[in-house]
Amino acid sequence: MTSFGTLLNNLIDETVQTSLCHFAPELALSITIVLLLLLRLFGAVDRWIPPYFTTLIGALIALGLCGTQLLDLLKEAQEPGEFFTGLLVFDHFGAFVRGLLALFLVLVVALTVLTGIPDREDGPDFYTLMLGATVGMMIMASANHMLMFFVGIEMASVPGYAMVAFLKGNRKSSEAAFKYVVYGAGAAGVMLYGISLLTGILGTASLPDLASHLAIVLGDAGGAGTAEGRTVLFAVLMVLVGLAFKLSLVPFHFWCPDVFEGASAEVAAFLSVASKGAAFALLVRFCLALVGDNPDAYPEFTTGIGLGLGAIAAVTVTFGNLAAYSQTNVKRLLAYSTIAHAGFMLMAVSALMVVMSKGSSVEGFDVAEASRMCIEGLLFYLFVYLFMNLGAFAVIALLRNQTFSEELDSFNGVGWQAPALCTCMVLCVFSLVGLPPLGGFWGKLVIFMSLFNIASNVHWFMWVLLVVGGANTVFSLFYYIRILKAMFMKEPLEGARTVDVPSTIGNYALLIALPVLLLGLFPTWTTSLAHGVATWLIP
Amino acid sequence: MDSILGLSLIIFTPTIGALLIALLVNSKAIEALRVGTVVITAITFVFTLMLWSNFDANETGIQPVVDGVNGVSAEWIGSWNIHYRLGYDGISLPLVVLTSFISMLAAMASWSINKLHKGYFILFLLLETGMLGVFLALDFFLFYVFWEVMLLPMYFLIGVWGGPRREYAAIKFFLYTLAGSVLMLIAMLMFYFGGGNEFNILRLTQIGQGNVPGLQFDEFTQITAFILLFIGFAIKVPCFPFHTWLPDAHVEAPTPISMILAGVLLKMGGYGILRIAFPICPVGAQYAAYTLVAIGVISIIYGGFAALAQTDFKRMVAYSSVSHMGYVILGMGVWKITAENGIMVTSGRDYWLMGMSGAMFQMIAHGVSSAGMFFMVGVIYDRVHHRDLNQFGGLFGLMPLYSGLAAGIFFAGLGLPGLCGFIGEVLVVLSTWNFSPVLAIVAASGVIITAGYILWTLQRVYLGAEYKGPHAEEITPMNAREATIAITLLVMAVVLGVYPNLMFDVMNGSMAEVVDGMDAGLRAAQQSGVAITAVPAP
Repeated sequence: MTSFGTLLNNLIDETVQTSLCHFAPELALSITIVLLLLLRLFGAVDRWIPPYFTTLIGALIALGLCGTQLLDLLKEAQEPGEFFTGLLVFDHFGAFVRGLLALFLVLVVALTVLTGIPDREDGPDFYTLMLGATVGMMIMASANHMLMFFVGIEMASVPGYAMVAFLKGNRKSSEAAFKYVVYGAGAAGVMLYGISLLTGILGTASLPDLASHLAIVLGDAGGAGTAEGRTVLFAVLMVLVGLAFKLSLVPFHFWCPDVFEGASAEVAAFLSVASKGAAFALLVRFCLALVGDNPDAYPEFTTGIGLGLGAIAAVTVTFGNLAAYSQTNVKRLLAYSTIAHAGFMLMAVSALMVVMSKGSSVEGFDVAEASRMCIEGLLFYLFVYLFMNLGAFAVIALLRNQTFSEELDSFNGVGWQAPALCTCMVLCVFSLVGLPPLGGFWGKLVIFMSLFNIASNVHWFMWVLLVVGGANTVFSLFYYIRILKAMFMKEPLEGARTVDVPSTIGNYALLIALPVLLLGLFPTWTTSLAHGVATWLIP
Repeated sequence: MDSILGLSLIIFTPTIGALLIALLVNSKAIEALRVGTVVITAITFVFTLMLWSNFDANETGIQPVVDGVNGVSAEWIGSWNIHYRLGYDGISLPLVVLTSFISMLAAMASWSINKLHKGYFILFLLLETGMLGVFLALDFFLFYVFWEVMLLPMYFLIGVWGGPRREYAAIKFFLYTLAGSVLMLIAMLMFYFGGGNEFNILRLTQIGQGNVPGLQFDEFTQITAFILLFIGFAIKVPCFPFHTWLPDAHVEAPTPISMILAGVLLKMGGYGILRIAFPICPVGAQYAAYTLVAIGVISIIYGGFAALAQTDFKRMVAYSSVSHMGYVILGMGVWKITAENGIMVTSGRDYWLMGMSGAMFQMIAHGVSSAGMFFMVGVIYDRVHHRDLNQFGGLFGLMPLYSGLAAGIFFAGLGLPGLCGFIGEVLVVLSTWNFSPVLAIVAASGVIITAGYILWTLQRVYLGAEYKGPHAEEITPMNAREATIAITLLVMAVVLGVYPNLMFDVMNGSMAEVVDGMDAGLRAAQQSGVAITAVPAP
């Protein structure tokens, strides 16, 4: 009895003293959800405090908490470690991604205030969904256990389905949500099966233990021939299918254009940035868990997975860019651009897998530094991507409120009617292409540098990725530029009303676009932060 | 001017001006926008002249020299060893001054812009920052950034204010240059990882020429990087077969932008080869020397014939640029080597130096003459709104001053002795004789084609009894502003033609250093085991 009591006491102590502190940003968001739902019960208060206000405050608090956590970790005032009995992990990487998500939440909520979607009536519902999805994504970013892996993804996805359908009465929106649900459920089922298979064979669901158990199962043969080896590979692939769905990688990308077209631009921005960021964090954690501490145990297995990811990345980038050419709807165009960018970022993960599995066999090659560079590139890319993609979607949303259309033609000639807003679009678009001196350039550059370094030292396949990446950078210009061409070089459509954008909206767009420029001119601060995070992840 | 602040001031004065215009000037105050831009470009021009007056012709390396270090720098991104490093020498200084000079004249020529003035002038000034930055940057990375910065304004300047096919021309220009710069980026990464994490052009030059113990670019790196860089720069020059963007971009761009394209942007390609591709990869340069010469000769002849075939006045001038820039590539490429004591060394170093100097002079001369030619086309286009060579004639009677000035500038382009075009061409052709008499003869015959299309054009446009084309009633003599621009350019063409030492005094020392450094680099590479064979030239 005493032993059970001690256990319980320890559990309570651990939960209250460490776990809840580490979980504070998620708690803040959860409390905001509860508040939102309660406040609407009291009509007077609800009229007095608009729901977006509550949400914004909650999101800002969460952002502050994430920031403090990251700073504490960097200053070593807090120790990284597992919490909630090993289900979640508290570390620099997680804190960075969660901070990113919280920052993004703040900016998206601010955008919804400006664009007026959702209206006052629907506000609490919409923000509840958005906050809930963010909590799920934060859990994804700090998952340390296959169970949380799945819970996080589902928590992030389910509110997403509802948000896509939020334009009630709009048939396209409902159709998009339906496609998203069906596809999402299928992918989740496959992934869950993969997880159970993996857990069953390895006898553990904890990510840190994965590698050591894998080494036992795969044995000396490296897993090539044994039945267990094949089953493990199969299970891993099924888990990756679930992630590929979230990342909209080819061939699991079909939902993406339809969903982006059907959903409002605000929701599309949320899905394209936040859920990508969280899914990449999860992918990195999963890949690192597969490689483990002893990369020499089964290098063929993990190298193979890394190369497979690389092949998918190459196909995804190319397909995304090619398909974007023929789009006439701006949101669809950006959906394909999102797919292409996911491919670019996946290149970093692929390079990471390959260098960690095979790098140690190359003499005099600094594996840890090369791996850190991959992570650094990925994190920097995500950070810039947040601003540039949100900026692009924000401009679309703000213009939609004036033109009532998201077709490319409807943007004809608006560049000269709303110069501030469209200048922001120029910055975001050129950053998406990857031109200096804008932030997107550095993201691509660090990834290209990693690929080059690994290609010339470890594996030739990275040359392929480098060439594909370089060629696609040039291709992508062609469709991105169509947006700018419409804005600045075409005459307005006949009968189109003149766009008149209030200055507050211009200021918001500037707030989003300015970081894109600043990150391009002074990337040092962010790259060193990303490097610090990567150093902790790969000591 | 000889500090990092001074050099930055030169680069960023136009940017500051653009910001001031964006924030302070009302978009309807058209005259204020025009005059303001001219004033800003004039200030920049004065700054570059001050730089010229500071230039020390006895120092062959990069200036300013501060505490024994060439160039000035500040850390930009420490973790990747990227620096904000600036400096100039006898190669870049004339180009810097040319840039600010042509920009000023182009700003004065911008009265013909008739819509969306504010956006135009802001982009125009940003473009000037990009161009000056390219010529002053000494960190490969910084060079690359400025190189790309220039693309964005140029795209809009062609695409918004250009002629009927402007969108096509603008995207073509953008895609070509971007493709070239991706190749450049890969070469840059090769240098970075092969040269001990270094982007400093001066240091990379030392490594490439074997002056740094323990670090050397191997044969594969040098040749591959040279090819990548050369394609990137050749697109900009542009030489055959990468030239097809040029006629479109030049023809569709508005007059002042055509002046800048021909006068300055094309020189970036040549400058990049002289500053980066040649000194860092001497083995690659020697490997490709014969190809360069061949490309140069083909460009001269091909560009000439293409110009001869045009009926569009501006297109004719555009193809003449392809032909004239061919001399630049030809002059750089005439690096002949022979065996001596078992290793290959430069034979006829002075001839090669002459070719390099000729190429450099040709860049400056072409900057003046082609900007002038485009301006002259613009002047008549503003009046009659067409450019069909077969529908002109008799302009001498209607616009005597204009026609006289135009004849002078076109003769400068033709290469008449006493005008700027002559010096560069003759030096290049002379030095080619040492490399290959056959090619020298072919290149020299290009002069005849040039004379053919220029004289024929003069005849069709300015001579003849009367003007038969449309809008005859709108033909008025040049106004004072236009005459000022044309006279300034013609005076420059004469000055350079009569007193070429104005340029040679500045560039000789630095050019000799490039030539000798590459020769030494080739020897060093052979000592470390690279086998060099000379390509027998006819």
